[in-house]
Amino acid sequence: MENSISNPLALIAELTHRCPLHCVYCSNPLELQARTSELSSEVWSGIFREAAEAGVLQADLTGGEPLARTDIVDLVRAARDAGLYVNLITSGLPMDEARLAALVEAGLDHIQLSFQGARENIANEISGALSHSQKLRVLEWLKSYRVAVTLNFVIHRRNIDQLQEMLALAESSSATRIEFANVQYYGWAFANRENLLPTRQQLDRSVEFLNREQERLQGRIRVEFVVPDYYAKYPKRCMGGWGRKLMLITPHGDALPCHAAQVIPGLSFENVKNRGLREIWEQSAAFQKFRGEGWMQEPCKTCDRRGLDFGGCRCQALLLAGDASATDPVCSLAPLRPKVDAILASLNLISDPVGAGPAPPAPEPVTRPSWLYRPNPS
Amino acid sequence: MPPDLQSRPRLAAGCRLAETPASRTNGKDDRQHTLLMPERALRLNGPSLQIVQRCDGKHTVQQIISDLQMIYSKAEPHKVEQDILGYLALLQKERALDFEL
Repeated sequence: MENSISNPLALIAELTHRCPLHCVYCSNPLELQARTSELSSEVWSGIFREAAEAGVLQADLTGGEPLARTDIVDLVRAARDAGLYVNLITSGLPMDEARLAALVEAGLDHIQLSFQGARENIANEISGALSHSQKLRVLEWLKSYRVAVTLNFVIHRRNIDQLQEMLALAESSSATRIEFANVQYYGWAFANRENLLPTRQQLDRSVEFLNREQERLQGRIRVEFVVPDYYAKYPKRCMGGWGRKLMLITPHGDALPCHAAQVIPGLSFENVKNRGLREIWEQSAAFQKFRGEGWMQEPCKTCDRRGLDFGGCRCQALLLAGDASATDPVCSLAPLRPKVDAILASLNLISDPVGAGPAPPAPEPVTRPSWLYRPNPS
Repeated sequence: MPPDLQSRPRLAAGCRLAETPASRTNGKDDRQHTLLMPERALRLNGPSLQIVQRCDGKHTVQQIISDLQMIYSKAEPHKVEQDILGYLALLQKERALDFEL
């Protein structure tokens, strides 16, 4: 059994749950961890060293907003000194040019700057903050620094018709990579799902557009696109498989197999302050729970695709099927797929009346949806 | 499009070659070379390592081809050239290279 466990490849370090933004699809859990419980920079430095020894290649410094940590420059240096490739996943707030210079000097390899849209009004509405113009300033500063830049757009119904403007923003910047990540429906996004899910027509148009642009930009900008899995035929290979590639550490040090794992009842998580990272990876009950194929039910158990997608996402199985061991209900082979189809049908019935012909761009709604905004932890 | 033979490939910002322990189990002091880049890591060995080590903004594509044709002198020279151009195109697609003229 031990031999079948591969090394973790990336460590997702949620340095804090504090954030100046309040995005309606935030991937943080509904229960945010308080500032007072956050790990110190010394503890994080130890985690980075343990991770590198366990075979981890990359550290994703994220949050909340990692820049909310006053010691972020030290944390970047510690991760780099440990031998890791250092990614910073940030909203660009609070940042000034001196801070950016210090981060790059400390060994930052790659910055992923998140955008909530290409237009200020929608971006600010989604983030619940005046944030868009600051991001544009950061993008300008980045042109003077030798660091990889990814623009990360989270895509949903309100901004999926702005892809062309988003690409134009990337082309006018120093970005070598752009990620169009459709919202995944957990936590805050699950609560706001009916206002976020794009229509099928919107999705089809965006896929067609991006296939063309991917071709045009080849060798200049890598264009990546994650479709909303509610519309997919097969589920996503969530986290590259449970306990196969990624380990997430929460602000107070719990080690999780994925962002949303805390929603699964009966799982308990070990803390890196009490046990070695490699031991947690190899032996902890939470990481073992859905590793491999032993936990699978039919139809996954005998499915030819089980080694490709590992049954999809366990958290989504819990949220939609009420059973974390069930086949991910977005899979077309899942017994509960009709439930997902019903969600899509009611959405598409309202938005795309039958016989409407070629779809016009979705009009801006006159009234703002009643969003559930993510607050800040105490 | 194949890269210009006179251009000088250089690893793009945020792409770097790292040495990591190959394996903790086989007592030998093997070093594994890995090309680290955004959201990706490529293990390199043999020819791929020889190529990437020369993507320094100084060697032209033509020089890289000549160097490897010498190192792998038993291989058919045209095949070596095609393999190198193919590998550079792959790295370009990954956006791991800038080509300086």
